[in-house]
Amino acid sequence: MILELKSIYKEYQQGKLVVPVLKHVDFSMEEGEYTAIMGPSGSGKTTLMNIIGCLDKATSGEFYMDGQDVNKCSENEMSDLRLRKLGFVFQSFHLLPKQTALENVEMPLNYAGVPRKARKEIAFRALERVGLAERVDFKPNQLSGGQMQRVAIARAMVNDPKILLADEPTGALDTKSSQQVMDLFQKLNEEGVTILMITHDPEIAQYAGRTVLIRDGELMEKGGSDGEKA
Amino acid sequence: MLENIRLAFQGIWSHKMRSFLTMLGIIIGIASIISIVSTIKGTSEQIKEQLIGAGNNAVDVLLYDGSAEYDASWGMTTAALPQITEEQKDKILRLDNVENATFFYGRGYSENIYYMDQSMQGGKVYGVDENYLDTCGYVIQAGRGFVRADYENYRKVVLLDEEAAGSLFKDEMPLGKTIEIMGEPFVVVGIYTRAETFQPIINNYEEYYSYYGDAGAGTLLLPSSDWPIIYKYDEAENAIVRASTTEAMTKVGDRAAKILNEAIPEESTQIKYKANNNLKTVEDQQKLSESTNGQLLWIASISLLVGGIGVMNIMLVSVTERTSEIGLKKAIGARKNRILFQFLTEAAVLTSLGGVAGVISGIVMANVISRMADIPIAISIPAIIASVGFSMVIGIVFGLLPSFKAANLNPIDALRRD
Repeated sequence: MILELKSIYKEYQQGKLVVPVLKHVDFSMEEGEYTAIMGPSGSGKTTLMNIIGCLDKATSGEFYMDGQDVNKCSENEMSDLRLRKLGFVFQSFHLLPKQTALENVEMPLNYAGVPRKARKEIAFRALERVGLAERVDFKPNQLSGGQMQRVAIARAMVNDPKILLADEPTGALDTKSSQQVMDLFQKLNEEGVTILMITHDPEIAQYAGRTVLIRDGELMEKGGSDGEKA
Repeated sequence: MLENIRLAFQGIWSHKMRSFLTMLGIIIGIASIISIVSTIKGTSEQIKEQLIGAGNNAVDVLLYDGSAEYDASWGMTTAALPQITEEQKDKILRLDNVENATFFYGRGYSENIYYMDQSMQGGKVYGVDENYLDTCGYVIQAGRGFVRADYENYRKVVLLDEEAAGSLFKDEMPLGKTIEIMGEPFVVVGIYTRAETFQPIINNYEEYYSYYGDAGAGTLLLPSSDWPIIYKYDEAENAIVRASTTEAMTKVGDRAAKILNEAIPEESTQIKYKANNNLKTVEDQQKLSESTNGQLLWIASISLLVGGIGVMNIMLVSVTERTSEIGLKKAIGARKNRILFQFLTEAAVLTSLGGVAGVISGIVMANVISRMADIPIAISIPAIIASVGFSMVIGIVFGLLPSFKAANLNPIDALRRD
């Protein structure tokens, strides 16, 4: 089990009001799975993603990633989990505008302490993998949306993470670029990468092998007679 | 670390105008400090050079009546003062760090000097021993100096300096001519001058003013053996001691004064030998000029403080502007400390660059001041290193708050921004 969430409860304080966002969610993923989480805005899917992404901690419940108890992790250990085991892809790409594609992809390697020369090499191969070998020296504003997202995917994959977390990866893309990104995800998944994707678009969700619905902070498997709680 | 420095340069370069404005406070502060320090050092070295004289470390050990220089022509207490004995002279010459010493009688202002119908008013007359010229750094320019026979035979011979020669002899060669001093005839045997003609060796303030102010009527040197002939008394002598190093001047002067004072009877509390300590005068003078300028330094430091606050301000803005960058970096696994150091490095690099620019403009400024106000400058390497180091420290100190703010950003909030 690469991911295991047990009875995750999360609440936010809004003034004097306590708002529960995740109500005892149970969720798990096997290695190599490709799962989409669907839900309307305000359903708690981003909060869930933040917890799985080790950016936030649950109020209560248990969370294991690759066997490690995340709730017991210090801030630095959470950083290291994000660095080594997770790759992030965002709706708005979040590339650094002043740096080239290659430099953007190099960044996580820098934090992982890879020497400069090796960094260039690995980053270049990651860009090659997403089909942008010819664009390494381009700045983000010289790239199309689809290309930017592929640079972001290369960046997410460069440290060989266990899980790729994608938050509306096609939200800012046209149909053709979306298609390309989905094809890339498919390819990565076939190569053994575990992918967890948030989307509100059913068409995009179709690409995933498993779809989970979230509504008002509660999870349910979609359309599966075989979809008992995993 | 190198990576952070590279990033910092990148960041600074991509906001050239803003970076420059941020650095401006630091640049101005450092530039003022460098130019102030350069002029302090320059002035101070000039004072030292003028008062001590390059290469000649002569200390006057003179008789003082209270705080004023004692002059035998005014006081009637001469008899109470013993003459310097051969034993004392020997003792002084054998002191550590003493190169030479001379003992002489003196009159600061003499009215009765004539050549033909020329009179010389206010000339100095000294009765000197054989060491005088060497100890004080004089050389014979024309004619000869005193020889042993002059002393043994009480020859009435005289040496003139150039001023004295100029005031007594208008168009004639002075050598061989006879002049009248206190009614006695003296033959001019030589003209003496400073060993280094281009760089005056200034032994004390009096000489400083006599050299640069009214040049005075000049000085006449007689063999000391002739002194009683014209002044009738066995007067007490003064001494000049030449130390081997400038640093030894104070010690040598004080020791010589002590040896000379041993012979002065206890009831004479007023009149004592005192080393006219040029080194101390120089140090006092330097201290004075440095303390004045020290206050200027404080003012310059305030401008550095203001500069530092400016840096902090801009860095805070920069952190807000780069919230999403910081959020992303944290999300992809940068530890808190990495972010902290990135921003601290950026602040330190920024202010160090400002420091370097300040040093350069400070040196330029110092040179301009030196040209315009005719003040000597000396560029101080330690001051340059300290300035750059100090500006780096300012960057780190004033970068701390913005850097902590950046490091503590919550990545979720940071990423949500756009």
